[in-house]
Amino acid sequence: MRMDTDQLIRTLAADNSYRPRPVGFVLALMLLAAAPVSLLMFFSMLGVRPDVMTAMHNPLFDLKFAVTLALAAAGIAASLHLSRPEVPLAGFGWLFVIPAGLLAAGIAGEAMMPQRLPMMTRLVGSNSRVCMTAIPLMSLPLLAASILGLRHGAPTRPALAGAVAGLMSAGLAATFYASHCTDDSPLFVTTWYTLATALVTTIGALAGSRFLRF
Amino acid sequence: MREREDEWTGLMRSAMAGDGAAYHRLLKAITPVLRAASRRGLARAGQPPDQAEDIVQDILLAVHLKRHTWDVNAPFAPWLFAIARNKLIDALRRRGKRVFVNIDDFAETLSEEPKGETASATEVAAQLNALPARQREVLQSIAVESASIKDTAKKFAMSEGAVRVALHRGLASLTAKLREQ
Repeated sequence: MRMDTDQLIRTLAADNSYRPRPVGFVLALMLLAAAPVSLLMFFSMLGVRPDVMTAMHNPLFDLKFAVTLALAAAGIAASLHLSRPEVPLAGFGWLFVIPAGLLAAGIAGEAMMPQRLPMMTRLVGSNSRVCMTAIPLMSLPLLAASILGLRHGAPTRPALAGAVAGLMSAGLAATFYASHCTDDSPLFVTTWYTLATALVTTIGALAGSRFLRF
Repeated sequence: MREREDEWTGLMRSAMAGDGAAYHRLLKAITPVLRAASRRGLARAGQPPDQAEDIVQDILLAVHLKRHTWDVNAPFAPWLFAIARNKLIDALRRRGKRVFVNIDDFAETLSEEPKGETASATEVAAQLNALPARQREVLQSIAVESASIKDTAKKFAMSEGAVRVALHRGLASLTAKLREQ
């Protein structure tokens, strides 16, 4: 059987009635399907910290959620941006200034408060190992789902798109984790959450360069 | 050149609104430009230009299956050239050549006179044989015998909806097979 280009064009034109879903819709569906898996991991392994009702009155506890949710939101916006083939690179980087800026403001704010614990103690915390394990593990279902969703797009920089999907997944997983962790110091968050996020971002970049080519 | 790009954008907008004839005209109009750019890319990589038609078909399939990532309020040509460049790089890489493809390769060919002749493509045709029978029959009916969806449905005693599904699945799995090879 042969297929010359005119015949292919005729065939493609005949398929014009097929309307693919927007990438954002598919990505949302995939994340909604994966979120329960991550939440199940969270509640079976960790759970919310027992003093959560009092912790909510601590602005540094609340700041963790502002940072992780800002990271997740920036990741979603950047993923959708990068799912279009022709977009310039410069357009989305500033989104990630928001979570970084929130963290910097948190560190400055904490430095101005009277402290009961020395700086290194706050930085090292008592949950760094759990943090470094739980955030990447809970990210994995979300990362896999977002890579699947983004395959519906046309990213011409697949590794970068995968890395951004990693940032988004880490942001969501860190949001869950933040409600478990009793270390609220922005120094702890900046160190350990960032390391965990970097790990997930690297996995995302590798997965992206493998699975997001089209 | 500018006019041609505006015409493409207009045609693609009509196509996205459901105008199959506009879509057909658009694909016809962009093909010579894609062909010239593919030849140029192959020549620069030291490859024989007779493989250009395979790359053209590869680009056309990607344009078709990724057209929902085009923003209808944006001009069409930059989107098209980004898709085409991605596919051309991919094709050259699969042939073991690392080359840089400049986006200007596509823009330059816009001003050239299109060449008439069509080399034969073999990759899409070869993958067709690996499709499930129903998808292959539907594709063959529409592509080779130029039957309409309606006539194809009648011929195979299928509903028109089932023909549309088989057609789309056929094109999608054809593209997936081309990427795997």
